[in-house]
Amino acid sequence: MPDFSLHIWPPVLLTIELATITTFLLLVIATPLAWWLTRSRAWWKEVIAAVVSLPMVLPPTVLGFYLLVALGPDGPGGAVASLWGARTLAFTFTGLVIGSILASMPFVVQPIRNAFAAIGDRPLEVAATLRASPTRAFWTVALPLASPGLLSGAVLGFAHTVGEFGVILMIGGNIPGRTRVMSTAIFDFVETMQWREANVLAGGMVVFAFAVILSMILIEKRVSRAGA
Amino acid sequence: MNAVETIRAEFRGTIGKFSLDAGFTAPAKGVTALFGPSGCGKTTVLRCIAGLLRVSDGLCEIEGDVWQDRNGSFLPTHRRPLGYVFQEASLFPHLAVRRNLMFGAPRDNRDATGHGVGFDEVVDLLGVTALLDRSPRNLSGGERQRVAIGRALLSQPKLLLMDEPLSALDRATKNEILPFLDLLRDRLSLPIVYVTHDIAEVERLADQIVLMEKGRVLAAGPLADLQSDPTLPLAMARDAAVSLNGVVESRDTRYGLLKLDVRGGQFVVPAPPARIGEHRRIRIVAGDVSLAREPPGASSILNVLPARIVSMRPVGSNEVVAVVALGPSGDGARLLSRVTQKSWDQLGLARGVSVYAQVKAVALAPGRGEFEG
Repeated sequence: MPDFSLHIWPPVLLTIELATITTFLLLVIATPLAWWLTRSRAWWKEVIAAVVSLPMVLPPTVLGFYLLVALGPDGPGGAVASLWGARTLAFTFTGLVIGSILASMPFVVQPIRNAFAAIGDRPLEVAATLRASPTRAFWTVALPLASPGLLSGAVLGFAHTVGEFGVILMIGGNIPGRTRVMSTAIFDFVETMQWREANVLAGGMVVFAFAVILSMILIEKRVSRAGA
Repeated sequence: MNAVETIRAEFRGTIGKFSLDAGFTAPAKGVTALFGPSGCGKTTVLRCIAGLLRVSDGLCEIEGDVWQDRNGSFLPTHRRPLGYVFQEASLFPHLAVRRNLMFGAPRDNRDATGHGVGFDEVVDLLGVTALLDRSPRNLSGGERQRVAIGRALLSQPKLLLMDEPLSALDRATKNEILPFLDLLRDRLSLPIVYVTHDIAEVERLADQIVLMEKGRVLAAGPLADLQSDPTLPLAMARDAAVSLNGVVESRDTRYGLLKLDVRGGQFVVPAPPARIGEHRRIRIVAGDVSLAREPPGASSILNVLPARIVSMRPVGSNEVVAVVALGPSGDGARLLSRVTQKSWDQLGLARGVSVYAQVKAVALAPGRGEFEG
């Protein structure tokens, strides 16, 4: 039995750690990006939006392949890693975070952008006529009004990071304790015929996915009620 | 007019398919109505004044402060000391009424001290004391609009802009808000620019009027002047009327009448009691004024005033609208009179002729001053 939990828990905890850090960073990056995509009148903003959305349609192996190159010793990731004396960001936890952020970005940007767009111009105009600078209007009006969208984005980003497999496998290498997360662990357990372990993890993922979808529906419902 | 006490606004440009070329100057005092049919650009002008819309060829100067000029200087909306009341109240749904009211209030004036309007004063004036801890979601349309007005006032504006604040409301709610607008105008010395397409609101509230049509300003000036100008559409309308400001000269409590002094004459009006010297606004419809060459004998008509014909203009094929000035020498306030072409000819009426204006009905503008006790 100790042997069993020894196998199960490290990937679970690592997954939670990865998803939590990724979700936090995603909110920090995606919120201003979504705000800019909503408010900007630049013609090329949809080009940026398309680039951000690419991971939704690209095979994870393609994203993973380019990430591997970028994070490797000869890419920018290697240059960054050399700052603290490492050779590469590939096959590291930091690499996983970077990969997860890119892979999950569209799932976070989209709901936040929709929420900002749903606010419309009026509340911001009202804020401006009440002496609120654009910055103050963002913090005191736009952000609170878009908070259900931020919540949706966070839940989706977290869930998508937990579920990501291809990118993680490509850049993480499935190293136990360092880059082996739940999705790759299941693959590994199946490969080595550890059906029981695979079953527990897979079942847990089903329950988790169900909880995510249900909470999304409930958030959605709360938002439409609030808007009425 | 001293430049320091005026509102000067000139905007020229194309917004989408709409071409705007509107400019006016008005005293920064009382209510200036931007009036015209829907789609004539009133709201666009108001948004330009607020800086919510920017046309490159624009000038906006409020009591000597330049908000926009043609050299490219443009003060962003949040730096302009204005209050803006939108057609829909647009309260912040995530804030309770109290925090909505305080949103734009300067930090150092939150406790009603110092100059400007205080929180308690505004809350009291608009009758929203009982609503302070409620969410905007649970307010009626009229309550919301009152909170929105209070919120604008508490930002301590130098100019209040109102964009059809009543048009989204039903008649009953309108009548609930109008007295508050009367109070606002009479109690606070805050210039108001008021956009509306409803002539009744203009007649009741406005001191000056800017008449707009198709993105242009037809005329601008004191309300009564424009109402009695036969070259403008106001005087030729079926329900044309003039609004006159009178001062209570005496009262007749037995019959419930007030005698009001206006320039060049006096009117007797059925009205609730008022103090001598108080101001009242009356409205006289062109169709209620008939003309006679001789002073009439005994009649049920209370108001028969000597006047002189200033000008006339035919309407349709069988009527004329005459402008008459009160007073035997014809230098008083002007009334409109709508009479048939036949009577006009039979009485031998013409410009400069002395007449007696018989006014069948004089309506006291509701609300004005009613709250002053």
